[in-house]
Amino acid sequence: MSDSVANRPSPNGGKAAYRAKGGSLSGKVKGLGLRLEKRPEPSAAMAYLTPLLAVALTMIFGGALFAILGKDPIDAILTIFWEPLFGEFAFFYRPQLLIKGAPLVLIALGLSLGFRAGIWNIGAEGQYIIGAICGAGAALALYPLESPFIFPLMIACGALGGFAWAMIPALLRVRFGTNEILVSLMLVYVAEQLLASMALGLLRNPDGFGFPGSRNLQQYPSAHNADIIANTGMHWGVVTALIAVIFAYTLLERHRMGFAIKVTGSAPRAAKFGGVSAGRVVVFCLGLSGALAGLAGMFEVAGPSGQITIDFNVGYGFTAIIVAFLGRLNPLGILAAGLLLALTYIGGDIAQSQLQLPSSAIQVFQGMLLFFLLALDVLTNYRMRFGAGEVR
Amino acid sequence: MDLSAINPVLLIAAMIGAATPILLAAIGELVVERAGVLNLGVEGMMIMGAICGFIIAVNTGSPTVGFLAAALGGALLSLLFAFLTQVALANQVASGLGLTLFGLGLSALMGQSYQEVRAPRPGGEPFAALEGIPVLGPILFSHHFMVYVGVAVVAGVWAVLKYTRVGLILRAVGENHDAAHALGYKVKRVRTLAILFGGACAGLGGAYISLIRVPQWTEGMTAGVGWIALALVVFASWKPWRALAGAYLFGGLTQLQFNLQGAGVAIPVEYLAMSPYLATIIALVLLSSDKSRAPGSLGRTFHASG
Repeated sequence: MSDSVANRPSPNGGKAAYRAKGGSLSGKVKGLGLRLEKRPEPSAAMAYLTPLLAVALTMIFGGALFAILGKDPIDAILTIFWEPLFGEFAFFYRPQLLIKGAPLVLIALGLSLGFRAGIWNIGAEGQYIIGAICGAGAALALYPLESPFIFPLMIACGALGGFAWAMIPALLRVRFGTNEILVSLMLVYVAEQLLASMALGLLRNPDGFGFPGSRNLQQYPSAHNADIIANTGMHWGVVTALIAVIFAYTLLERHRMGFAIKVTGSAPRAAKFGGVSAGRVVVFCLGLSGALAGLAGMFEVAGPSGQITIDFNVGYGFTAIIVAFLGRLNPLGILAAGLLLALTYIGGDIAQSQLQLPSSAIQVFQGMLLFFLLALDVLTNYRMRFGAGEVR
Repeated sequence: MDLSAINPVLLIAAMIGAATPILLAAIGELVVERAGVLNLGVEGMMIMGAICGFIIAVNTGSPTVGFLAAALGGALLSLLFAFLTQVALANQVASGLGLTLFGLGLSALMGQSYQEVRAPRPGGEPFAALEGIPVLGPILFSHHFMVYVGVAVVAGVWAVLKYTRVGLILRAVGENHDAAHALGYKVKRVRTLAILFGGACAGLGGAYISLIRVPQWTEGMTAGVGWIALALVVFASWKPWRALAGAYLFGGLTQLQFNLQGAGVAIPVEYLAMSPYLATIIALVLLSSDKSRAPGSLGRTFHASG
């Protein structure tokens, strides 16, 4: 690092400021005379506006990226955002929107509760995998028994699996103060290895001629998470996601726990003096998000994907982080954001087959969205001021 | 099972090699955290370094130029993080996660046409002449020069933090940014430079994986090393030499696990592959009771108000 960084005297820094006892310290005067002033209250208008602005900016810069890759930017953007909804084959893609949106919304809802309280579960991908393994495992253990109780049992096992996996970082944090970010993330890699082991060993289809992967649950009527109305994509996971939105909204607006979560995030000390148990909030947030991620995994393995395979997980647990922020950690916002991100997945697939746009381009696109969102958030909490700062 | 196939001398030598990417990334992040910034984007910066280094090394034929490009690539990506957290005052945890997601995507995009290519032969073993010494030769002198660079960076960071004015300022900014600001230090500038240094180090670590350890490009090839490096900084209580020891411990475990797989131990491969991550969790649990060493302003956004 440069030695001159701090030694160089500057107009409002250095020794002069030290002697002046803060005289010239007020306001950060930048070269252009632009400075940021903290708003007393976050701007409500900006809170609604910034996600829309971020999406618009992502489309512009994403278009530029597609142009660099040699694709027509407008064509590519239309393929991603228009084609799945109103294109020629929209009847095929619209159900996909629900199928891909449901796990994103389920996981993001759980994550958002923790994020509000400053509890960072970034291992939802692992909880999703474990939920799927437990849900599928319960069904496969009972195969070929047919009973109406199998599917509810799978739901319970999926949720419990995700819950238990999330309890590891939760209890370690409460008991030992271990960083839940790192522990929950490390457990994603552990879960991925466990998934591989299950697909190759314990849960492998005995009639599968030695190929990796479990029996296909779509061919096991009692366990199949089928569309409730055929060809709409409306399976039980979608229903659960919608119920979870209402549940999360009620929790945050009407319940004591929701209040405890919000206070813990915005004023941890006040929460402590107000009698909120920090440990309980940690266990609640991580446990609930783990259970929801586990449910998402279970609905996926029993329905759209059908079987436990080595590459069963496709990154919903990480994309859900973007969904949570795009939805401003608000349940209704998350519902909209989940559908939008699902759209980019589907549109990305179409663009991949029609325009040969690489699948990683969509990943970059989603990453950009999060960046613009975070960058624009400054407008919610701060006010731009031009001109030199006032001298006090 | 045939454990006699494992030669202890070669194993230790390989452990030191395996530790280098973790070490480079961790020492960079250590400086960033000592400046009071938590950058969770290490994994993203590493993978960017891996692909930038690989592309440039393949096209120029020179691994050395590749390493320079990797440092530059990592630093450029970290500049995004610096902009988000220091200028736009965004949440550091979220920005770091975004950096990792973005870096993984961008590297996959850049590396598409490099999947089947082999890296140029690394070369560059500065002490190859001393390799003939029994036992010590292979352990100490058989390595690529980046291994020695890694150790040198640790020594350099230690000396700068402990003995120089720059180190003192960096620590002041990390311990209490308001006090540092009141003393007239440019908090944001110091932090931005620290973030760039961290990015460059992570980039070098990533390139070590893609150019020397593997040496090939596959998507997501850093496989969590960046996250282990982050854990290592906590494990090391933010002290450079302890980071070195920790990196050798984790690198050693990774290597041992590979060798056990090769020797055909009765434990399934998947469970052996879990072990570095589980060990990281255990290490975190054992050492997280002592939080007193964490820089005072770690993870807090600095905004100079009137």
